[in-house]
Amino acid sequence: MAATKEEIITGLAEIVNEIAGIPTEDVKEEKSFTDDLDVDSLSMVEVVVAAEERFNVKIPDDDVKNLQTVGDAAKYVLDHQG
Amino acid sequence: MTAKIRPAKGSPYARIHGVGGYRPTRVVPNEEILQHIDSSDEWIRSRSGIVTRHWAGPDETVAEMTLEASGKAIADAGLTADQIGTVIISTVSHFKQTPAIATEIAHRLGAGTAAAFDISAACAGFGYGLTIAKSLVVEGSADYVLVVGVERLSDLTDLSDRSTAFLFGDGAGAVVVGPATEPGIGPTRWGSEGDKADVISQTVSWEAYREHRVEKFPALRQEGQTVFRWAVYEMARVAQEALDAAGVAPDELDVFIPHQANMRIIDSMVKTLKLPEHVTVARDVETTGNTSAASIPLAMERLLATGQARSGDTALVIGFGAGLVYASTVVTLP
Repeated sequence: MAATKEEIITGLAEIVNEIAGIPTEDVKEEKSFTDDLDVDSLSMVEVVVAAEERFNVKIPDDDVKNLQTVGDAAKYVLDHQG
Repeated sequence: MTAKIRPAKGSPYARIHGVGGYRPTRVVPNEEILQHIDSSDEWIRSRSGIVTRHWAGPDETVAEMTLEASGKAIADAGLTADQIGTVIISTVSHFKQTPAIATEIAHRLGAGTAAAFDISAACAGFGYGLTIAKSLVVEGSADYVLVVGVERLSDLTDLSDRSTAFLFGDGAGAVVVGPATEPGIGPTRWGSEGDKADVISQTVSWEAYREHRVEKFPALRQEGQTVFRWAVYEMARVAQEALDAAGVAPDELDVFIPHQANMRIIDSMVKTLKLPEHVTVARDVETTGNTSAASIPLAMERLLATGQARSGDTALVIGFGAGLVYASTVVTLP
């Protein structure tokens, strides 16, 4: 069953917490991965791969650069999840 | 008539008999790199784990570094140069293509008329050379094979590229592969992915430079995120396959020596592979930088020299880089 936007954001928060050690409550829709959450370009790759596995989506490298905020990533997953 | 051809008689198995390394005398700290790029020591360390690297001086040519490392490897094997039957040199930064530098090395080492040739497999060059060497020993074309990875990547570094200026180092690492009564080098899992040729490459061809179509000397460039993803996830799978092919369980592994590309890649590979706590992981990139084909034998030599690894330990090695190409196998340390 496809995840809702809220479920995706909760899942992304857990992933960001696991990879970058950011408290889950800080991971909100409007937050920028690099500017607000201190997720650098390499950690972003780890977040993306974890999100792919968790939500059963494919996120090609070319699309990763467009995922600036948690909301961008949630929308991408919502639109592409299998 | 079709005559019956007598095949060569090789050794049942092969192993690494000795290892040697050479690091240029000049140590270059991040502060020196920061004279060329807008960055910080903290940024370089957090993205790469690199604190210092060695850059070769005018006298530390590809040939001189190779001779130093090779002499040590041959001595470590308890051999003399005249016992070397084949010399294989992997490099992407020797700027004279013909003749192969391996012939000069064979001659200057005193390896007589040893077969000698260069290979080009970038950061997987050591694994490619090791695989060829093992095959030669087992097939019977050589008793002892010298395999060298050598690079002067400082010559191919664009000091104005803030994503790569701090990455590369120079040096040479060598091993001697020879006969064994027990398998000392496992099956190789290797391959290429030419559809990803643009991910890591030389910025421009020598031809374009010669014809003045570009002003800047060729340098190495890469797409960091794509390389990271491929290395951490795809290469971890290849390394696992090499372990499985060798029939070595993670608990039996003592040492992991991945290509020293970047500490972040190494850390994430270790996590993805779920290696047991007791496995010693080579982290030579911190003080050596990324030396492409030289990185695995250099890291191997340092682990043994510092007592972090011991002769007889079982090590998983994996090289991966421009091509894209990769090679992974399990070896018994010399």
